[in-house]
Amino acid sequence: MSRLPFYLIVTLLLVAGAAMSIHRHVQFEVPWTPGELRQVWEIEAQVNFTADGGPAKVNMALPSSQQGYRILTEHTASPGYGLAFLEEEGGRRAEWSTRDASGDQQLYYSVQALVAPGARSAEIEPPPLRRDILWESPYDTAASQVIDRAWARSADHFTFARELINDFTDERQGENARLLLTQFDRTPLLVRLLNQAGVPAREVSGLMLDHGRRRQSLTTWIQVFEDQQWVLFDPRTGERGRPDNMLLWESAGQAVLEVQGGSNSRINFSMLSRNQPAAAAVRNQLADDTLLNFSIHSLPLEDQALFQTILLIPIGALVVVLLRVLVGIKTSGTFMPVLIALAFIQTTLITGLVGFLMVVAVGLVIRNYLSYLNLLLVARVTAVIITVIAIISVFSVLSYRFGLNAGLTITFFPMIILSWTIERMSILWEEEGPKQVLIQGGGSLMTAVLAYLAMNNPWIRHITFNFLGVQLMLMGLILLLGNYTGYRLLELRRFKPVTED
Amino acid sequence: MWTTPARLRAKDIIGMNRRNIRYIGRYNSRRLYPLVDDKLKTKLLAQKFGITTPALIGTVTTQFGVKHIRKMLAGHHGFVIKPAKGSGGKGILVIERVEGDRYVKPSGARLSLGDVERHVSNILSGLYSLGGSPDVALVEALINFDDSFAEYTYEGVPDIRVIVFKGYPVMAMMRLSTAASDGKANLHQGAVGVGIDIASGTAIRGVQFDRTRHDHPDTGHELASLHIPDWATLLLLAAGCYEMTGLGYLGTDMVLDRAHGPMLLELNARPGLAIQMANGEGLRSRLDLIERQPDGVPAEERVVFSQHHFARSSELRETA
Repeated sequence: MSRLPFYLIVTLLLVAGAAMSIHRHVQFEVPWTPGELRQVWEIEAQVNFTADGGPAKVNMALPSSQQGYRILTEHTASPGYGLAFLEEEGGRRAEWSTRDASGDQQLYYSVQALVAPGARSAEIEPPPLRRDILWESPYDTAASQVIDRAWARSADHFTFARELINDFTDERQGENARLLLTQFDRTPLLVRLLNQAGVPAREVSGLMLDHGRRRQSLTTWIQVFEDQQWVLFDPRTGERGRPDNMLLWESAGQAVLEVQGGSNSRINFSMLSRNQPAAAAVRNQLADDTLLNFSIHSLPLEDQALFQTILLIPIGALVVVLLRVLVGIKTSGTFMPVLIALAFIQTTLITGLVGFLMVVAVGLVIRNYLSYLNLLLVARVTAVIITVIAIISVFSVLSYRFGLNAGLTITFFPMIILSWTIERMSILWEEEGPKQVLIQGGGSLMTAVLAYLAMNNPWIRHITFNFLGVQLMLMGLILLLGNYTGYRLLELRRFKPVTED
Repeated sequence: MWTTPARLRAKDIIGMNRRNIRYIGRYNSRRLYPLVDDKLKTKLLAQKFGITTPALIGTVTTQFGVKHIRKMLAGHHGFVIKPAKGSGGKGILVIERVEGDRYVKPSGARLSLGDVERHVSNILSGLYSLGGSPDVALVEALINFDDSFAEYTYEGVPDIRVIVFKGYPVMAMMRLSTAASDGKANLHQGAVGVGIDIASGTAIRGVQFDRTRHDHPDTGHELASLHIPDWATLLLLAAGCYEMTGLGYLGTDMVLDRAHGPMLLELNARPGLAIQMANGEGLRSRLDLIERQPDGVPAEERVVFSQHHFARSSELRETA
């Protein structure tokens, strides 16, 4: 019988699991450890305008995920307005509309942006060059002279843009530049000149992020395209590159704010910076999950909490498999320790251990009496279940009376499992004596504690919850363990006498 | 306290994991398990194949049948009540003799009819069965074991475990009950395990609680002279269980009755590994040798093959 398919499946599971995890780490920046802090900016945009008294339409540019930042969640507050999010020509926009507005209007938009050094913007494509640029005399000659001058001193699009902007900075302004600035605004003028020279460029708006600032406005920047990349230039200094603390708000060369049916419109921004645990930052990511990055984080929060526990069960089961297959520990009921460990997570370890021992000990005494009554098995176990419930109730009430609130968590124990444990232990006691009860009970409890320690480890919780690929790897690992024909650790002791002579 | 895997391998010892995957998983088809897990089925099957088993006094299948047990037991001086689906000797009640309305266990403990009824009722409700499923109680005639073993046992019946692999007897041991094991023949409870030479049926080595022993702890009788009469018949009986069940890796438990000779007590599809301790030798190379043998060899030839290849000399005599 060939084992090749088996090893193929195991390899497939391990590789697929690892690939999924790495994909999630790289693509979504889910960190490997839970403790990492991520900086999140909360930015609020406030739009003000005076409505003319009639229908009004407000169209505002929205930021997208881009180099250095990932957009997490966004909210709007705009009572009385209809709202739509539009995707057009590489830019996201919000459109508020209302039938009847008069007086001062205020619209709010807030967004959370995660500082993510690895994030990239979605589109990289050159904009169409605007060929329809017409200059009036004498600006046409001034423009072509400025272009020729900068062209002579440049080697490519980027150096050309730098030289051109430099010619418009205060110290080096020539006559031509001064003439053009009397007629045009600086940034649109520069974009116009760049396009005139055949260089794809556009005007974009960015927000300088600074913790705690209010009533900020956007600044304009110039983006120049060459070799499949956009490079940002400061139109005031000619400095190349994006400042670290700048978020591009509008990057499609469109207007930031358009208001119909109103006047006196302005937009200003306030911002706050917060450090969030990475896991929480991940949780807030927009639910744009595709099949490939299939994730539980698209579920409602309540169900996520449920899954956090469910996804830990394989870890507990792995501990059981390791202890049974590699060590050879005897437990009472194969996966009973995992369920006890789950209860320990709710009760905390010490309370859980004390509670478990007390319930089982009292249960054993009562079960011992039940065995004299000569009952049928199912009836007897049911009687034990009711006894366990009674014990738990009494302990809860007593601990509450004594001011020990921790005692109340005892109700998290799985009662039916406890009853079967008591029943099995009791039979074991009758048949094999108290020593076996201690061995198997101790083995179960030790397994439960180890499973609890594994399942309660913050790192393991983080990994199992955020990387579903890990489940596939666990599956592969357990299949491999199921194929292990070597000795168990405790067998090295059991068979020792044979090797002695 | 601990040994190394390399030394265990040098001694041919196989571990639980290897037994489960390599032998039980490969040679024991799951659908055949009910034949051996249910002692009643085993018994009926054995009768069909002409393999001797202890006489069946009766069965109890329903709770109201428990009330008629007194009638069933009338006239029998000694009997054994056991669950059909029990495992590891659990739930076996041996009554050596009946004194008036008292049932006397080999230990001398006296039970009332009510105690016996409660035991049967527990069996029926599945207390001793695998997975706790409802069960049937078997009542069998007490075995009158061969007097030659009286010196080697305390209270219980000594039984002989033979591991049969693909129909070849590969290893054997005798289990002698002791005071420590409460008359039961389970090694982990303190019974003495005596490795038996496959060729001759004589003792090789004795262990109790995994430590070497040269005598019986209670009777003080030395083990070296232990010799099983009718050994070839017993091996043939054990080997025949392969054809009977189809299970490739099988533990057969046999007893020697004074009148009827070797008898099949029960079969086990998951025989334990303690037999390796009793023999001071692992199963691995023997199993490897059998794996290389062709199928379809008659039982007589298989027994001869095993007796030829697995002959060992006693350690007890050398050291004694």
